[in-house]
Amino acid sequence: MPALTHTGDARTHTLSVLVENRAGVLTRIAGMFARRGFNIYSLAVAPTDDERFSRITIVVDVESAPLEQITKQLHKLINVIKISELGPGEAVERELMLVTLKAPPATRGQVMELAQLYDADVLDVGVDTMTLSLDDEPGRIDDFEDLCRPYGIVTVQRTGRVALPVLAKANR
Amino acid sequence: MTSNGSNNISKEQLNGGQALIRSLELEGVEVMFGLPGGAILPVYDPIIDSPIRHVLVRHEQGAGHMAEGYAHVTGRPGVAMVTSGPGATNIVTPLCDAFMDSIPLVVITGQVPTASIGSDAFQECDTTGITQSVTKHNFLVTEAADIPRTIREAFHIATTGRPGPVLVDIPKDIVDPQHPNSAMEWYWPDELDLPGYNPTTKGHPKMIRQAAELISRSHRPVIYAGGGILKARAAEALKELAELCDIPVVTTLMARGAFPDSHPLCLGMPGMHGNYTAVTAMQKSDLLIALGSRFDDRVTGKLDGFAPDAKIIHVDIDPAELGKVRRPDVPIVGDCRLVIEELVGVLKAKGGLESQPDRSEWKSTLSGWEEKYPLTYQASEPGEGLKPQYVLEQLRDMTPEDTIVVSGVGQHQMWTSQYWKFEHPYTWVNSGGLGTMGFSVPAAIGAKVGRPDKMVWAVDGDGCFQMTAQELVTAAAERIPVKVAILNNAYLGMVRQWQEMFYDERYSEVYLSPDLPDYVKWAEAMGCVGLRAESPEEVAPIIEKANGIDDRPVVIDFRTDAREKVYPMVAAGTTNDKIIVDPSQGEGGH
Repeated sequence: MPALTHTGDARTHTLSVLVENRAGVLTRIAGMFARRGFNIYSLAVAPTDDERFSRITIVVDVESAPLEQITKQLHKLINVIKISELGPGEAVERELMLVTLKAPPATRGQVMELAQLYDADVLDVGVDTMTLSLDDEPGRIDDFEDLCRPYGIVTVQRTGRVALPVLAKANR
Repeated sequence: MTSNGSNNISKEQLNGGQALIRSLELEGVEVMFGLPGGAILPVYDPIIDSPIRHVLVRHEQGAGHMAEGYAHVTGRPGVAMVTSGPGATNIVTPLCDAFMDSIPLVVITGQVPTASIGSDAFQECDTTGITQSVTKHNFLVTEAADIPRTIREAFHIATTGRPGPVLVDIPKDIVDPQHPNSAMEWYWPDELDLPGYNPTTKGHPKMIRQAAELISRSHRPVIYAGGGILKARAAEALKELAELCDIPVVTTLMARGAFPDSHPLCLGMPGMHGNYTAVTAMQKSDLLIALGSRFDDRVTGKLDGFAPDAKIIHVDIDPAELGKVRRPDVPIVGDCRLVIEELVGVLKAKGGLESQPDRSEWKSTLSGWEEKYPLTYQASEPGEGLKPQYVLEQLRDMTPEDTIVVSGVGQHQMWTSQYWKFEHPYTWVNSGGLGTMGFSVPAAIGAKVGRPDKMVWAVDGDGCFQMTAQELVTAAAERIPVKVAILNNAYLGMVRQWQEMFYDERYSEVYLSPDLPDYVKWAEAMGCVGLRAESPEEVAPIIEKANGIDDRPVVIDFRTDAREKVYPMVAAGTTNDKIIVDPSQGEGGH
């Protein structure tokens, strides 16, 4: 699963999928994508405020297949209730990243400074490593990851993005 | 379960097995095809007390294909029941077959007890995992109380929208009266809880008006009728539409019988082995009206050369089919019958045939092709094997018009579709999408169970017959008098044809022998009448003899000419313009 390069990539599209909270729903979705040759960039799943339903946020590669065919095939799954297509600019999006990077005393100050600039939290400090946490727009997370790289990334773990539609604003 | 829309007529205590059988009874199931085993054993006990007929098969694949044959000819869901592990894996092929051809099935599989799931127990397999991609939906039921609701949902999903197979996996403990997990309070749900399932059946009026507009401007229209016509019981509506606007109709392999072959507007079957006129009419058309068809690769040939000048109206109940292969100009999601009826209404309001352009040139082009390139073959010389087309013509002419014909997969299937004259819907049963060899014998048995009033002929190849012939033991034991015509050319004929045409006659692993097995003795050993015909004079008398036998199955071994090939043919990967006609008709082409 290749990492996203930046937010609003024309190759990707975000789908917010409301599903029945039943055993095996995720394998049905993942299996359908694999069987039809559709690519998933990232996937995030969590229960909603209604325990009968879960929400799955899928970032799909629309170059592997037309978005229309992906959503239609998703709709055919009996446990899929509603699909919201969130095009670039139509969603507020967040992603969480944990990154462990090399931070020996000589560069630790610079790492701290970078973390401050991005409002990243320091979660853990080792002898010569440090684990930072950042939740932000996926594009800023990409930027932050790029800026961390010169210090030496030991491990990076990203959640995949979650998204909800942009709300209508009054007087516009 | 009072919270689940139960009607509470009774508070009867049942075990899960009894509840399962009662649920099937309430769904109107009259027959099921199956084979018991360890995990499903408790469900077989209440079958003894049920009015549901159970047909005991000899292999679980047979149960699945029988259920398919039954569903094909009755329009009602076929039901099969098998045990866990190998029972379940043996029915995967029929599930996939039914999935590809949109056949409504409900398949019940036994499963190891809930406490053993995931432990690699004896005869355990991940049935729902294995069948996920070959079913419309599947369920693993974990509590006895969920059985009635799940069975209702399974039948609803299998039979509505685009029909398909649904599997219900039932662990042993929830149906075993010896186990406390099987105790449940009987109920029958009034309502279904399927918030994500609501098929669209009624076409969008604006789209229907647009379709009518396109039709009224088209000079070379063709109705491209698919299996969805039969699923939607839309044969009458189709006829009304075709006649109203005087539009020719091609019927795909899955739609043979949906429009009468004798009708002057019928062009027959398109596709890789379709007849010249059907294939070429689509190629030259300016408007394809696709009704319940899915632009299968066997119909389109090389896609980018398919019907290049045609605009497309595409009607299907499955939205995902619209635009999957070819982008329609007018997509209409809906039930074929309802949409066609609406369309007919709009076209009538526009003035019916009067409002249609003059298409006499198109009609005369079509009849010119029909005259120039009919289906043809050369009669056999004395001492040669029978021509399969001759056998089929004789069989066609000597059986009642409403005979149900069930084929396997290969050359014999194509010849049957070509040479039979289908006058009624639901008289043709075959495996189209998956192309399952061995389909014919068990599917014919299921068809005969569903329509005992009709004569049922299986037309099979010798390769296919050897895959599932043991189900004739089932047919003999259950007194299901199907008739089987084996077109025995001693080869895997379609593969042989490709090796002859595309692999320089290098025949690799296709020879089967005409005598091994001895089909007559084999038929007799299975409790059937076994017959054989080797010369043209023997064909008619032997069919007459077979037609007169109605107390047991009959098998006829027709010794056919292995050199015979199916024509016309569009070679794989080429466009339909490159159709190859019978060598006696020259080059074909335009």
